[in-house]
Parts: sequence; structure tokens; C-alpha cells
Amino acid sequence: MFSKRPVLVEIVTAAVLVAVPFVLPHLDAAPNTVNRILVWGLFGIGFDILFGYTGLLSFGQSAFYGTGGFIAAYLLTRAGFPYVVLALVIGMVAAALVGYLIGLLALRRTGIYFAMITVAIAEIFFFVEFNPLSEWTGGENGLPGVPTPSFDLGFTKLDFTSGWSLYPFLALCFFVGIVIALRIVRSPVGAILTAIRENPLRAAAVGHNVQAYKLTAFVIAAGYAGFAGGLLGVLQGFMPPDAFMFETSGQLIMQTAIGGRGTLFGPLVGAAVWLFLQDFLQATLKLGAAWKLVLGLVFVLLVCFLRQGIIGGIKDLFTLVTGKGRAAEEPVEEAEPVATRAAVAPMAARHRAGTNHSGPLLRARGLTKRYGGVVANESIDFKVQHGELRGIIGPNGAGKTTFFKMLTCEVPPTSGSIVFEGRDITGMSITDVCQLGLTKSYQVNQLFNKLTVRENLNIAALAELRGTFKLDLFARLDRIPGLQEQVDHTLQLVSLGARSDTPVSQLAYGEKRRLEIGLALASSPGLLLLDEPLAGMSPRERVETVQLLKSIAQGRTMIVIDHDMDALFELAGRITVLQEGRVLAEGTPDEIKANPLVQDAYLGGVHEEELAT
Amino acid sequence: MLTWSNFLSQLFNGLAQGALLALISSGLTIIYGTLGVLNLAHGAMFMLGGYAGYVAFQATGSFTLAVIAGTLFMLVVGVVMERVIIRYFYARPHEDQLLVTFGLSIVFVEIVRFFFSSQSLSVPAPAVLSGITSLGVMFYPTYRLAVVGIVAVALLALFFVLYRTRLGMIVRAGIEDAVMVDSLGIDVYRVFMAVFGIGAMAAGFAGIVNAPVVSLSPDMGEAILVQTFVVVVIGGVGSFPGAVVGGLIAGEIISLTSMVNPGYAYVMLFAVMTLVLLVRPRGLFGARGRE
Repeated sequence: MFSKRPVLVEIVTAAVLVAVPFVLPHLDAAPNTVNRILVWGLFGIGFDILFGYTGLLSFGQSAFYGTGGFIAAYLLTRAGFPYVVLALVIGMVAAALVGYLIGLLALRRTGIYFAMITVAIAEIFFFVEFNPLSEWTGGENGLPGVPTPSFDLGFTKLDFTSGWSLYPFLALCFFVGIVIALRIVRSPVGAILTAIRENPLRAAAVGHNVQAYKLTAFVIAAGYAGFAGGLLGVLQGFMPPDAFMFETSGQLIMQTAIGGRGTLFGPLVGAAVWLFLQDFLQATLKLGAAWKLVLGLVFVLLVCFLRQGIIGGIKDLFTLVTGKGRAAEEPVEEAEPVATRAAVAPMAARHRAGTNHSGPLLRARGLTKRYGGVVANESIDFKVQHGELRGIIGPNGAGKTTFFKMLTCEVPPTSGSIVFEGRDITGMSITDVCQLGLTKSYQVNQLFNKLTVRENLNIAALAELRGTFKLDLFARLDRIPGLQEQVDHTLQLVSLGARSDTPVSQLAYGEKRRLEIGLALASSPGLLLLDEPLAGMSPRERVETVQLLKSIAQGRTMIVIDHDMDALFELAGRITVLQEGRVLAEGTPDEIKANPLVQDAYLGGVHEEELAT
Repeated sequence: MLTWSNFLSQLFNGLAQGALLALISSGLTIIYGTLGVLNLAHGAMFMLGGYAGYVAFQATGSFTLAVIAGTLFMLVVGVVMERVIIRYFYARPHEDQLLVTFGLSIVFVEIVRFFFSSQSLSVPAPAVLSGITSLGVMFYPTYRLAVVGIVAVALLALFFVLYRTRLGMIVRAGIEDAVMVDSLGIDVYRVFMAVFGIGAMAAGFAGIVNAPVVSLSPDMGEAILVQTFVVVVIGGVGSFPGAVVGGLIAGEIISLTSMVNPGYAYVMLFAVMTLVLLVRPRGLFGARGRE
């Protein structure tokens, strides 16, 4: 979302931060409240990368906030360490390290479990701070006497003490934090994090190490929390033990949701609403303790009716008023006639495992899959040669999709082995197999729904260009060599060029099916598996898609499952027929058409009954 | 310090606390298992039940009536909450469900704070169950012994509902596969409402029964919520036996560690949870596909 005018956001942020101390005092804003908003805002930037971008809702951020804060405060008070900024950085690094270790544990599970585990872990930290470590942390008294920063520049001395005097220091910290975060979300890593939020299974299937990227987001969030925790001590001149409390995590979550998740600025806006409203309700309306009830109600209403928070609401209002969204919603009539598609050069397949390999490209032996007592596949022997286009047919429930899932290592076989380009891939992860150049498109669309068509293809192409995991947090997505070309090419191949900036959720069904194929294609696999690419298409779309399949089959090996026999007989050089989990027959289309076993399987012995009547 | 009678009495404390945790956690776990919603307001409902019981007790002077009135009140709260808010969140992402129930927990806590202030209140144990009972080697508060019995009866009742009734059969089937139950022509939404009501009732009931043991305060639900998470993680999401066994384990860990050093009670609890996560990530009674 920040990609169109890269520096604009930074400039506006800087301008607002500079303007605040000149404007807000006239509005009677307490400088201390403004400073606290900045600390919460900075804390929230990291959290938003974790929650808003990656989709991981952690209820345990207080653990890192407290860790960073207490380590910095301890250094600055009891240890007599003189450098404030360095102490803050040390606190941040320590919090990030702790975040790494906790992440290894908490990220073993997803969704609900992840939320519960983070809550529990944050509670451990709270109790550890209070008891075993109270000698160092001051227990329930916290650590008083945290100094404020001052810099001796030789000719003058800069002292940041409290109130508006401390503001420039905090504003600078926030600004640096937001600049770094903006770089991260515009980097390939940022793109992949959003993909993980939208569809973690597909992100793994196109070849990204999802677990490592999640851990990256977790560590980033912990780092931001640690630095903000240190600033809290500096701001208050005292490191309070309630930094470790569950309420801290809760307030952070609420502020982020109020302001708008996935915006980086949401937590800041949320904190401003939260703290100003608190001041207003308590001081002006004399509500006393009831302020939190009002805020709680506001929060529940916001979650119910304004899902994307205040910033999201403003954006929606903006599109509503300007009518910008309307144009994108109208489906664009297919502009490219089928004929031109032949002109698009076929995309080269990359062979990563070893090009000097001879023999079949893929070989499965005795492949068996049982789910409890149900046998989905039974000792399937299967071979595909380089450059072949194989069709797989079979009645519903024949085990075709299971067979594909095993070939791409999405599910492990109960027994049997799979060899791809001479390498045994049995038991490997779907991510590694995709990196070797073997991937599939899904029978039921598995897309990144909130991303645009181009962003979807970026994700798949990035996996090929960057490998399973790379920490190029500050690289720019538009400067990744080869990315643009590869995505453009794929767009042309699946003829979605005119729709490249449309979000997936606004695509027509046929377009989604083509994007599904495009996602598999964008990582330029050596062996492409397509699971019912024609399912649910209109006759016209079928004709076009068959043309598309023909053009992408050039220079690559493909296996296609479909129920459309006419299409498969036209496309495939050889056909394998599955029935009840076994290979029933294999041969050229003509052989298959003439095979009595196959006829029997499809007609299900009806002709015998008919003879009887 | 480490005497035999001390150990025994802590063992009983652990049993009482564990039984309560088991009851609250089974409410949380069947709601999650059936509806797919992790109710972060569950701790607040435990607290709310306690206060409802307090009000009923003030009005009638009868502990039994207080328990009945408070439990029914929580059933109503649960059903209304499901009808008015939770229902609209089934189709939304897990994160939104967490956010809204978290927000509701704050609203509940702050409403109670508004009407009853932050100071703690207490409900006396009924006269028959007050005083202490001799257990041979030691004396033990009668009411705490009774808590174990009362909660055991409640758990048995819950077990009966879950495993011996038509509704229970549907609920258990729903935990395994809600879509399938829906396609069998059963109105899952009505079942969901009932389950949410029962879960809220379990938490509320525990809140009132617990009231004579620990004084009431608006914030009491938060610690309980975190403990029930640990119980559910140890026992396995969606598992009633898991909640019972996990609850008892958690109660004993807290209580026995407190005997040695109270400061480490919760640290120990979470250490055990971590261990379970490493060794059996789905929990002791967890099954694939329930999360």
C-alpha cells in the first residue's frame, strides 16, 4: 500500500512530527500524553508487522516490552552505564533474542493455540520479574531513577529532560522506527509476510519457508517492543513493573485494532484516541474509573462495525467519495483474443536438481496412502519422461488429488518412494520440492485473496528468485532483478495483463482459475502438475484454457488431471487412468479410448444391466 | 515447613482449585471445540457469575438460591451474548473473534467495577458447610472439601449432558466436524447457542462456588483465564477429559509448588505447559483437526 509514492509517507510523517510541538500546546494537549502516544506508537509498529501484516495475533508483547525496558533501565541505573541510546539498543537486542527463543516455541502452533501460548508465556515473564529476578528488577517497586538522554556535541549540549523537551528525542526514535518499518514492508520479506497472512499453505507451496518468515516477524516485533520498553523507562524516569502485565499487551492490541491494523500508523492513531479520550473522559467529563468502560464499548463497536479501524474507515470513505474503487470493480472484457496468445513466447522451465540427469523426470514406486482404514492410493507405479504432457483421468474418488498431493509432498505417503530428477524426494517438505522445480495448481483455488493479481504472482516468482528464505529486509521489491520480467511474462501467458492491479477478490471465476495456474507457473517449474484446471469453466473458457495449457507445455513437463476427456485426449501424449486408488490403464489417447477396462470403469457396468433388461 | 499434614492440606487445596479449573476449562473447551471461537471473556464470565451470586445472596440470604440464580443468570448472559454478537463472528477470522471477546471481557469487568467498585466482596459459606472438619491427621476447612464434591457433581452433570444426551451427541460430533453436522440437517446455530449458554453457565457456576473461598474482585477473571488456557493447552483443545485432567494437574502444580515457594507456583505451571507443548504439541488428549 505504501509502494506508489515511496518517499511521500516519510516526508509527511516527518512534517507532522515537527509540527506537533508547535500546534498541540495551543490545544492544551499534555506533553506527557503526546510522549506516551509516541512510545505506544513505536511499540505498535513492530506489533503491526506481526499482527496486521503477518496475521499473527500475539497476546504476549508485554514480555518483550518489559524485557527490553528492564534491561535498559537496569544498565542505566544499577549498573551505572552512561549511554542512554546504547542502553536502549542493548535492551532492544536482548528483547529480540528473547523473542527468537519464544518464537521457536510459540510458532509451533497457529491461530488459537498461538494466542493462548503467547498469553501464557507473557505471564511467565510477569511472575519471573516479580519473584526470581526481583533482586535485579526491583520486584513490584520497579527501577526508579532512569536518566534521560543528553548529548555533548562539543559546542553545545543537548539535554532531553521531560515534557516537550523530551519530545524531539522520542519523535526521532519514532521516525527512525517508521522509516525502517516502511522499508521492511516494501521489501520482498514484507510481501511474503502479507502472503502468509492471506494463505500460509499456498505461501509454503510456492516455495517459501513460512516458519522462518513468521519467526522473522516475531523477532522484529520483539525488537520494537524492547526499544519502546526502554523508552518507557526514560519517559517516566522509572521502569514500572506493569510493563510486564497482560493489560499492556491488551492495550496494545486494542489500540492497533482501533487505529487500523496493517497500516503501521494504526497503533499510533489508536494510542492517540485511547490516551486523549482517557484524559478527556477522566478530566473533563469527570467519569473517574468508568473511562475504561466507555473505551471498552467503543472498542467492541469498532471491531463489530469498522473492521479495519479508523485508518481503514477513512480509506473506505475516501474511495466512496471519489468513486475510485468503482472502476476497478467492473470486470474488464477479455481484451486479448486467443490467437495472440500463441505469440507470447513460452516460458523456460528451470531445472534445478541436476540437468545432467538421464532417465525419467519423475518416478513413483509403490505409492500408497491410507487414511485410517480408507485406502486412497494403493501401490501406484508411475513414470513421466522429460517433456511429456501426461493426462490423468478417473472417476470421482479414484484418488487423483491424493496422488498429486503425494507427488508434491503435501502429504507424506504411507509407503512407497518418489524420485524427481534422480533425487529421492520422499518425505521432503512441499516448500523444498517446489524449490526443486516441482509444483502444482490446486483443484480448489488457493490464492492470496486480498492481494492484487500482480502481487500474487510476485509471491510465487520471489520464491524462485530468492530461495526458501532470505533476510533482505531492506531490498526494494521493484528492484529485484528479473522479478518484473518474470511476472509480466506470466501475466501475458495467463492473459491477466489487463487485470494486474485488481485484487483477487474482485476477479471473475475463470480469471481466478487462470491465476491459480499462473501461481504455479510463476516459479517456472520443471514439472507442473495441474489439478482440474478446467473445472467449472464455461465452454468458451475451456477452449481458451486448453490453448493456454498448450502454450505453457512447450519446454516443460506437465501432468494434468481433468474430467474433460475431450480436452485431455487433445492435449496429452499419454493418459493414465486411476480407479479406486490403483492404476487401471496407461497408454496413448487412442489406446485408452479403445481399452475395455476403461470403458467399463466409466460406464460402471451399466451396459450389462441394459443387456439384461 | 514440609510436614505431612501441610503436604496433605496442600494436596486438598490443589484438588479444590484443580476441580474449579477443570469446570471452567471444560466450558471454554467445549465452546471452542463446537463453535471454533476462543472466548477470551470466559474469565470475566467466571467473575460475573461470582457477582451475580453475591447479588442474589444479598437479596435472599440463601446460598443455594444464590448458586441457582447466579447460574441461570449466566446462562442468559451466554445465550444473549451468542445471539447478539458472537453469531456474527463465526464467518470472520479468528483474530476478530479474539478481539471482540477480549473487548467484551473488558466491558464486563468495567461494568462490575462501575457498580461494585474495585474493593473486594465476600460471600460467606453456608452454615452447614462452614467450620472445619477433622481428616484424622489434620483439620481442613469444610467448605473447601465441599467444593470438591460440588464441582465433581457439576462435572458429572456436564459429562452426562455431553455423553448421554442427544444434544451432547450433536455437540461432540460438532467438535469433530461442524460442517458435516450442518449438512446432516441439524440446525447447528441453535446448538451453538445452547453450547455457549452451557459454557457460560459452567464458568458462572464455578464463580459462585468459588466465592466463599476467595473474595470477589472485578479483576479476578484475568488470572483464571490465563490458567484455563494452560489447562486447555495441557489437556488438548476440544477435549472434555483433557480439561478435567489438565485442570487437576494445574491445580496440584500451583498448590504443591506454593508449599515450597509461592513465588514459583505460576512459573512452574507454565514450565509444565511448555514441556507438554514440546513433547505433545496437541496436548494430552488433543486430536488432529480440532483446531
